[in-house]
Amino acid sequence: MTLSKRLLLTAGFAAAFAGSAFAQTTTATPPAATAPAAAGTRFITVSSTTSTQDSGLFGHILPLFKAKTGIEVRVVSQGTGQALDTGRRGDADVVFVHAKAQEEKFVADGFGLERKAVMYNDFVLIGPKSDPAGIAGTKDIAAALLKIQEKGAAFVSRGDKSGTHAAELNLWKVAGVDLDAKKGSWYREIGQGMGAALNTAGGMSGYVLADRGTWISFKNRGDLAIAVEGDRRLFNQYGVMAVNPAKHPHVKINDGQAFVTWLTGPEGQKAIADYKIDGQQLFFPNASQAGA
Amino acid sequence: MDLTAIFQAAFALVVGLDPAFLAIVSLSLRVTLSAVLIAGLIGLPLGAALALARFRGRSVVIVILNALMGLPPVVAGLIVFLMLSRSGPLGSLGLLFTPTAMIVAQVLLVLPIVIALTRQTVEDLWAEYRDHLRSVGLEGMRAIPTLLFDGRFALATALLAGFGRASAEVGAVLIVGGNIAGYTRTMTTTITLETSKGDLPLALGLGLVLITLTLAINAVAFGASRIGARYAG
Repeated sequence: MTLSKRLLLTAGFAAAFAGSAFAQTTTATPPAATAPAAAGTRFITVSSTTSTQDSGLFGHILPLFKAKTGIEVRVVSQGTGQALDTGRRGDADVVFVHAKAQEEKFVADGFGLERKAVMYNDFVLIGPKSDPAGIAGTKDIAAALLKIQEKGAAFVSRGDKSGTHAAELNLWKVAGVDLDAKKGSWYREIGQGMGAALNTAGGMSGYVLADRGTWISFKNRGDLAIAVEGDRRLFNQYGVMAVNPAKHPHVKINDGQAFVTWLTGPEGQKAIADYKIDGQQLFFPNASQAGA
Repeated sequence: MDLTAIFQAAFALVVGLDPAFLAIVSLSLRVTLSAVLIAGLIGLPLGAALALARFRGRSVVIVILNALMGLPPVVAGLIVFLMLSRSGPLGSLGLLFTPTAMIVAQVLLVLPIVIALTRQTVEDLWAEYRDHLRSVGLEGMRAIPTLLFDGRFALATALLAGFGRASAEVGAVLIVGGNIAGYTRTMTTTITLETSKGDLPLALGLGLVLITLTLAINAVAFGASRIGARYAG
């Protein structure tokens, strides 16, 4: 059985490669603007977060980078933890995420070259307009979270090791809530992206921590509104780093580094600042700020 | 969200002929049809051979193949992902996050369906025509082409079942393709993405387009088999 199955698998792979070559030659060429890359196209793969993708930032800045350098950027968006894993396995050339401690560990472990600050936005606590925890309009995120826990109001957690998830867990700690002890039916981990978490919070009238970029671009708000914002502890910093070719010799270090340089240089920074939805700026470039 | 918004979104997609949308549809069709074609080329002869062959452990193989028809797409995706990752055994091919990887994953999903349904069809045909085929000297594996030809309408349905499974799944292509805009974004992964962005009318509009396409392909296949049946007498 194992032998015949292995044969089957091998045959499948071999045929699939042949088949896709066939498919490529027989498919009519789609319009140039969105054409899947033909062989020989210069591209890099960037693993990034759901917030940069769901907020539409990449759709705005990547065409500018391509026009300037001719390098196509293929973005795989995952939670920050997963995006770093993708870089660790060598499946991406550049990692662009938001969890500084994890990024620094990634570099210290030798998987990434120098980490550079790119931009920031902030987190906001979203909740139902009925406000069961009575925290709407307050500014102290720690006090607000404590109230949610005390009242047992529904809270939706990303639960996916993303940057937002890491920030949320950290805020519970700051609030002095021991989640392991206090976790109950009120605390709902969904293990999905930012948009899905917002959809879920809307569906069950729960609170949820979101990055402001995704919130501004989110279209299915329904009964949700910002409950808490403006606390300094809600700061959300993004960083970028090229995957270390010493760990993965196949990574495209030159083109990857070109992207890092552009993103943290004047043109990339301006492109980020220019991205607005309904007149609201979503991300604030700060590559030149020391220690960001 | 009302029904009109959904139909408006679907209508705007189709009428607008937005190049990004067309690229998504054409990639979806390219990936799924390639997977069905490959699974057909491998699965039809293999299924027929399995129908006629007698060996120890045959029933075990049949049961496993039948069970694999229910292989969760996300598991198929994970297997291919681990094989093709740079840190996996086939990493040097650099195929992760490409349409080829998506085709490989979908072949894994479609192949068990084609093999299992082909085996059943051919086994039934063989039981019915065994004496006749033997009398004209077609025995064992030499009977396979004839049996496949005789069963072509039932086998077309097997391929359509495979197409349905591949075109509807999102778990496998999402994992191995990475849902990269303009490169590995298919209809189902776009629906997932738009749902997470909260753009539900657009997501459902896309769903409507996908269902319509599937319907059209099945209608064409049905029409072709009707015409074929008439000429075959």
